[in-house]
Amino acid sequence: MPAPIRLRELIRTIRTARTQAEEREMIQKECAAIRSSFREEDNTYRCRNVAKLLYMHMLGYPAHFGQLECLKLIASQKFTDKRIGYLGAMLLLDERQDVHLLMTNCIKNDLNHSTQYVQGLSLCTLGCMGSSEMCRDLAGEVEKLLKTSNSYLRKKAALCAVHVIRKVPELMEMFLPATKNLLSEKNHGVLHTSVVLLTEMCERSPDMLSHFRKLVPQLVRILKNLIMSGYSPEHDVSGISDPFLQVRILRLLRILGKGDDDSSEAMNDILAQVATNTETSKNVGNAILYETVLTIMDIKSESGLRVLAINILGRFLLNNDKNIRYVALTSLLKTVQTDHNAVQRHRSTIVDCLKDLDVSIKRRAMELSFALVNGNNIRGMMKELLYFLDSCDPDFKADCASGIFLAAEKYAPSKRWHIDTVMRVLTTAGSYVRDDSVPNLIQLITNSVEMHAYTVQRLYKALLDDISQQPLVQVASWCIGEYGDLLVSGQCEEEEPIQVSEDEVLDVLEGLLVSNLSTPVTRAYSLTAIMKLSTRFSSVNRIKKVVSIYGSSIDVELQQRAVEYNALFKKYDHMRPALLERMPIMEKTATNGPTDIAQTNGETDSTILDTKHLPSITHPASQANDLLDLLGGNDVVPVIQTTVPTKPASAGGELLDLLGDLSLTGIPPMTAYNKNGLKIEFTFERSNPSPNIAVITIHATNSTEADMTEFVFQAAVPKVCSFPSRLVNTFRLHNPQSISACLISIL
Amino acid sequence: MQFMLLFSRQGKLRLQKWYVPLSDKEKKKITRELVQTVLARKPKMCSFLEWRDLKIVYKRYASLYFCCAIEDQDNELITLEIIHRYVELLDKYFGSVCELDIIFNFEKAYFILDEFLLGGEAQETSKKNVLKAIEQADLLQEVRALATA
Repeated sequence: MPAPIRLRELIRTIRTARTQAEEREMIQKECAAIRSSFREEDNTYRCRNVAKLLYMHMLGYPAHFGQLECLKLIASQKFTDKRIGYLGAMLLLDERQDVHLLMTNCIKNDLNHSTQYVQGLSLCTLGCMGSSEMCRDLAGEVEKLLKTSNSYLRKKAALCAVHVIRKVPELMEMFLPATKNLLSEKNHGVLHTSVVLLTEMCERSPDMLSHFRKLVPQLVRILKNLIMSGYSPEHDVSGISDPFLQVRILRLLRILGKGDDDSSEAMNDILAQVATNTETSKNVGNAILYETVLTIMDIKSESGLRVLAINILGRFLLNNDKNIRYVALTSLLKTVQTDHNAVQRHRSTIVDCLKDLDVSIKRRAMELSFALVNGNNIRGMMKELLYFLDSCDPDFKADCASGIFLAAEKYAPSKRWHIDTVMRVLTTAGSYVRDDSVPNLIQLITNSVEMHAYTVQRLYKALLDDISQQPLVQVASWCIGEYGDLLVSGQCEEEEPIQVSEDEVLDVLEGLLVSNLSTPVTRAYSLTAIMKLSTRFSSVNRIKKVVSIYGSSIDVELQQRAVEYNALFKKYDHMRPALLERMPIMEKTATNGPTDIAQTNGETDSTILDTKHLPSITHPASQANDLLDLLGGNDVVPVIQTTVPTKPASAGGELLDLLGDLSLTGIPPMTAYNKNGLKIEFTFERSNPSPNIAVITIHATNSTEADMTEFVFQAAVPKVCSFPSRLVNTFRLHNPQSISACLISIL
Repeated sequence: MQFMLLFSRQGKLRLQKWYVPLSDKEKKKITRELVQTVLARKPKMCSFLEWRDLKIVYKRYASLYFCCAIEDQDNELITLEIIHRYVELLDKYFGSVCELDIIFNFEKAYFILDEFLLGGEAQETSKKNVLKAIEQADLLQEVRALATA
């Protein structure tokens, strides 16, 4: 049998293929040749064949038949074989295959090989893709190598140890003794990997963290040497000495200094030094500054240092480099809660970033802008945000609109401004607003009693322009239905009243009914609006006619409504005025929806809980129950919208005390919902590190036969509470297990 | 770092290094989606994007895209430096590296990467040391049979 073709030759040949089919043919031919060569147990060319197989694998073709061959190569005594063998193992084998365990013995032998490059290969492979079993078996060998004086091996062993710890956290203890003098190494490679190892250990175990705190002075010294030392050609990157090591040390210092006064103080000076002395002309310097800022913000640094950090971020915002601006916005978003006033100073720069061309930057800037809105800057900010809403990508519009509604609700300087803003959003981004905004807006409008005439007039005019945006149309038709009398009587005080006749109004509403642009929901809104006008307008006959036409509509909802309204005209005409009279002012319910913006934005707010809000919140809870009744069966569990503090409230008003003085001792766990095989329980406790955070744990149990899919958890809290992150997760509840708890912290 | 991908402007994969265990199918899916996302980016956009729950850092060098997926707590800017360091290593090794070098010598590109990064982290911060190690290892390939352990 002729010698198998060389790797480069194969690559060249395959690249000449002009079509996918031609390539596939070549590959298949070569695979067949390789397969027979493997069958013949050919030692000489095994390496070459596996290499070719790896190339074909990268092109996307199956190569599993080469897995065992990789193992044979690893066991060979030729370095070339081992190199390709280990590479093949890393590419073709992963811990899901049983085959990979066969490697364990080979790796063990190679870890003790006399040639350091072979040891290196095995350390690399183990550290890259070793499974938990392999790690357990070989941890001892790795630990041994961690103590060797050979820096080439020591650095690799350190990172291998990191991988072992990630896979088998219980083994962390065993590496502790070897870490004793890791930081006294001169070799930068070892230093760098040691810092990574220490970081991993500290992140995983609070005990390790306290143990390693004593290393802070040493770390500070090493960092200082890096900054102060002269030019070192070996580690220099654009005039900075070993930026990789600097960044890792800064990160470890962050972890060690967090929450600890003494450590934080010990590192104050060096952080200030790094922050002021680092060259900022190139990305390298900025990378170090970025890490420094993150560290300053996380530890207990003195206020001067914090201001320095925020100013660095402010400078970043003005940098020409997009990447730097992006990173600045991300960091500012993280710090805006804690250092709100400092971030406010950079508000105008942040708002300018809304006009940036880059999508990621725009999104960050938008999120940050919403976080910075408060009662003082609402008018200016809203102008910018509305302008942004006009011109931004469709992906943003929904989030931006919701954010604007929330901000407007919280900080509106006047009712008229509020309604104008809402109108503006509806007209510019009407089709992108979330569905729940329609009822919220309607409720807002009913509550602004003095603005009814103005509102209905503006909405009417908007309808004349454009009926394609459904939320706008729905709100408008509802308002016209309610306040149509104010519209035709021309009573508007806020602006020039328009002259419009009853017929014109009815024309518009009927137009909505017949238009192709209207969704069924919109049609339902307009039909009801027309009906309501029967008690407010005098042209009752026209309305009767319209209503009777829709009594035979194909749309079941419309038909039902029309038939009922017809009945209202015929048999129950005496009841009609009472039924259709003005809606009463609705109770304000807690805002649902994106709650990560629902936090006090740096104003001096009283933190006294507004207890008026809580009793009315049971409303959404019962909605959720109705929904579940409607859908009945066990298979699908729809979105359960629970407002978290409410459920406890219905269990006896304990929550009012709970949030009042935040004494959480002894709130018993309670079952929030137990129906159709789905049981949801809340347990309460005070969060250990921060006593003013309540931790509510939710246990959801599925006791039915089937799985529950699409179990979505959402939570909303009243404005006075906040929770740190958006918690929306979709789960699958398997029978009969319960889902693990999800935590909500309420500040 | 969770993984690193190198691909051409036509979306052809030139190197894939995975530091997390995933099935072949998942790897293919991720690669396909990510390549599409990155290739769709305009030249003036920033080098970072959020994708699924990861941060993606990418940079284009001539006809090749270097794309890394890092975790939340990792520093994006230093990752750019890591990518740049890898390119410098390739450049020094191959002498003015181009895409063809990486296509025809993909196994060497892997060897160099494995001397620079291990388990997703940098193991050696000195360019000289990485290249020296590779050079020595290459010499070892000439040896007939290694001395046994």
